[in-house]
Amino acid sequence: MESLQKKVVFDGEAASMMMKELRGSFGSGKTRSYEWRVSQVKALLKMVTDNEKQIIDALLSDLAKPPLETVVYEIGMFKNSCEVILKELKQWMKPEKVKTSISTFPSSAEIVPEPLGVVLVISAWNYPILLSLDPVVGAIAAGNAVVLKPSEIAPATSSLMAKLLAEYMDNSCVRVVEGAVDETTALLDQKWDKIFYTGNGRVGRIVMAAAAKHLTPVVLELGGKCPAVVDSDVNLQVAARRLISGKWGLNNGQACVSPDYVITTKDFAPKLVDSLKTELENFFGKNPLESKDISRIVNHNHFARVAKLLDDEKVSDKIIHGGEKDESKLRISPTLLLDVPHDSLIMGEEIFGPLLPIITVNKLEESFDLINSRTKPLAAYIFTNNKKLKEQFVKNVSAGGMLVNDIALHLIVPTLPFGGVGDSGTGSYHGRFSFEAFTHKKAVLYRGFGGDASLRYPPYTETKQRVMKALVSGGILSIIAALLGWSSKA
Amino acid sequence: MEEAKEKGVFNEDKASLVVKELRKSFDSGKTRSYKWRISQLEAMAKMIEENEKDIIEAVDKDLSKPQLEAYIAEVSQTKSSCSEAIKALHQWMKPTKVKTAITTYPSSAEIVSEPLGVVLIISTWNFPFMLSLEPVIGAIAAGNAVVLKPSEVAPASSALLADMLTKYLDNSAVRVIEGGAPQTTALLEQKWDKILYTGNARVGRIVMAAATKHLTPVILELGGKCPALVDSNLNLQVAARRLIAGKWACNNGQACISVDYIITLKHFAPTLINALKEELEQFFGKDPMKSKDMSRIVSSSHFSRLLKLLNDDKISDKIVLEGQKDEDQLKIAPTIILDAPDDSLVMQEEIFGPIMPIITVDKIEDGFDIIKSKPKPLAAYLFTNNEDLKKSFVENISSGGMLINDTVLQVVTPGLPFGGVGESGMGCYHGKFSFDEFSHKKGVLYRSFKGDSSMRYPPYTPKKQSLMKALINGNIFHMILILIGCSKL
Repeated sequence: MESLQKKVVFDGEAASMMMKELRGSFGSGKTRSYEWRVSQVKALLKMVTDNEKQIIDALLSDLAKPPLETVVYEIGMFKNSCEVILKELKQWMKPEKVKTSISTFPSSAEIVPEPLGVVLVISAWNYPILLSLDPVVGAIAAGNAVVLKPSEIAPATSSLMAKLLAEYMDNSCVRVVEGAVDETTALLDQKWDKIFYTGNGRVGRIVMAAAAKHLTPVVLELGGKCPAVVDSDVNLQVAARRLISGKWGLNNGQACVSPDYVITTKDFAPKLVDSLKTELENFFGKNPLESKDISRIVNHNHFARVAKLLDDEKVSDKIIHGGEKDESKLRISPTLLLDVPHDSLIMGEEIFGPLLPIITVNKLEESFDLINSRTKPLAAYIFTNNKKLKEQFVKNVSAGGMLVNDIALHLIVPTLPFGGVGDSGTGSYHGRFSFEAFTHKKAVLYRGFGGDASLRYPPYTETKQRVMKALVSGGILSIIAALLGWSSKA
Repeated sequence: MEEAKEKGVFNEDKASLVVKELRKSFDSGKTRSYKWRISQLEAMAKMIEENEKDIIEAVDKDLSKPQLEAYIAEVSQTKSSCSEAIKALHQWMKPTKVKTAITTYPSSAEIVSEPLGVVLIISTWNFPFMLSLEPVIGAIAAGNAVVLKPSEVAPASSALLADMLTKYLDNSAVRVIEGGAPQTTALLEQKWDKILYTGNARVGRIVMAAATKHLTPVILELGGKCPALVDSNLNLQVAARRLIAGKWACNNGQACISVDYIITLKHFAPTLINALKEELEQFFGKDPMKSKDMSRIVSSSHFSRLLKLLNDDKISDKIVLEGQKDEDQLKIAPTIILDAPDDSLVMQEEIFGPIMPIITVDKIEDGFDIIKSKPKPLAAYLFTNNEDLKKSFVENISSGGMLINDTVLQVVTPGLPFGGVGESGMGCYHGKFSFDEFSHKKGVLYRSFKGDSSMRYPPYTPKKQSLMKALINGNIFHMILILIGCSKL
């Protein structure tokens, strides 16, 4: 009933009115002060700390997400972002002095970071807290007013965030708009100073097309098939555990940086598969469909989508572990597949679920070509102790980000930019990059009235031309030479 | 005849073929090597050096651009960019090591710059060499294959660019496609790894919309009405000269960073206008139409456009310096308008010509409101000795870039990014910013197999949860407490 009411209320007119209010707030200058930004970041910190239980419950409701995953990845990582901002914001806000050259002497220059204005953050359902609040806190740190549109596919979390942000934050500058396609469309019709979208490539194109109308720059955090290459010279138990943790321990494979598929050598595959089976049982027990330590599939749509990948004829004889489904509980057990054909459905799209295809090659270097034949993923992983192989991997494979010998942790390093390339997205954030994503770096040059030489100005005599030429080439000797040959009148 | 042949020949299929070839070259890895990039940059420097005369002749033909202006902007500036890239490339290409926290201990991390792939640069007519070669230098420095589409509105320059780049650079990775809208459309249908477009907002939207199909990131260098706010507390002669330098001595106002209009105090306007008139005469003589030191209007369509602005009823009685007009020569002499209404044509669109509106205000701060009421420009200028006013201007006015007490020079300052914000564009380039914008900054984290603790893994116990919580918050003390109190996990 309430949801229907919301649908009726937030249309183009409502969006336009909200925009007007936010522009008024931004125009007043209040979001620009260090004090305001810090107060809002602290409010967000308090908000997630005070409401940890409610957040855990909302995520249990939306995704059956294990509390440890919520505490570590949703709340923990977000709190980290806030701490980094509180520690470094003053430094980030300072103009950066830049050296000037002789051609503009005397002068001084700096790059001044300024907020863009009013920005829109469209979030996703799989890490609904993190993927909403992390961009939002970046926007606030950079001094913007911000609207958050959480995903309706995680409704408990969406409504919790709407409630909490209204309670804790400065509503004149920070808003939440709940809803689905209609509300998002109404929002996308407005002129934003930046749009930050997390989700899939199809909607990413819709967002970018809407942004193009207003020349709005965008950050698109998309996905892709993140490959994990596994060498035979690894500590097998550790590698297997990390693969499992990065796949099924990350929202049950429903994460943009989950390893989508594994590539290993034909010789090593049996050993890897055995180790995976062993560790899977250690982690989730003999009945993984019953384990509380693994998220469920988010909803029936996605369940049907993932089930279809399993039901594909082309893979029917390739399932070597798992494959059990329980639609009533929206659960599919951790499933391993071996050497599925490249034209199978499962290799044709991002899986975003608990299925792990393992592709075998003769030599590990072949995996590079395999990966490069596909669109650039958001992350690429390699497990090896071979230094040369690591170097070649980093050099020859293009991905948003990379991790050697582990999964996903590069997201936790605030000094690394997190973002895609090619089909996996454009722009990045985390740490200082969040601040910069929502900032305009304004170039400022200062000159005085002294040191004005008329040789710059028309009429352009031969002499002036000679001296100007020497000046812009910056060679001191040539300048002196030209000046010596120059009479007192220009 | 040849152009028509080209027009008939270069369609989507041709465009697709070009991209295919360039992709093959890129995939072969040849553009990634330091050696290749340096060889191309050195070839470019040689190219500019050896063809200086032809370059100046081409812009003279296309724009009647004065030799000195052409030398500085088109030749010298591009040569400097090559040298800067050659000198700094080694440093730019190095991965940046970054600190890691205890949360991922033991680990090391770095940001690796990698080329995007095959990029498209769509250039423009007013600084045809600078605005074509500067982005190409950046794309090559970053290791990409590149296609340049110069502007057909400057045909001599376009032809020379095609000729020179084909002769001096590696054709398997660097191409020039000449032509107009059909050729550009064919190119825009292709999948590029980045597109840099310099021009106007209308076409900017078309480029971004086309880029959307392939999720191609874009740099849009657009324009806007760049204001110059002129206080009464200044050195009048110097200010007047610099204003003129930033308008009429800058391709005759046809530059994205030209001073579009002036805002000054009511009581100061007459003084300023007199100073401008005086210095204009110093610069261009009593008959500016005869001066060799002033670019002409680029084409008859632009000439008509400017005429329309001047013939607007709303400003008929506001022209305080009426410049001569000669359609045959495509020349319009410096023209100044005082207090044109805000809804006049000349105040509604980017002028891009030798017409200078001067808007007066009672208080200088009112000037801020006028500027803010318009879309964010590519550049904003302030002339004053008042330190507080300078500070307030920088803090409160948003624009791509800014200059205090001068015009235009912010774009030749290495170390400063050149780009717009809002309607004036997105992204930036020049110097290292060019390298960065044509690169993907790949975050890489390295871990070893040591230091693996099962507290990360299911089954999740309350103890593991507390430990993980402490770890992620980097709370070492807390972690130790838990570990001391806990036996085997």
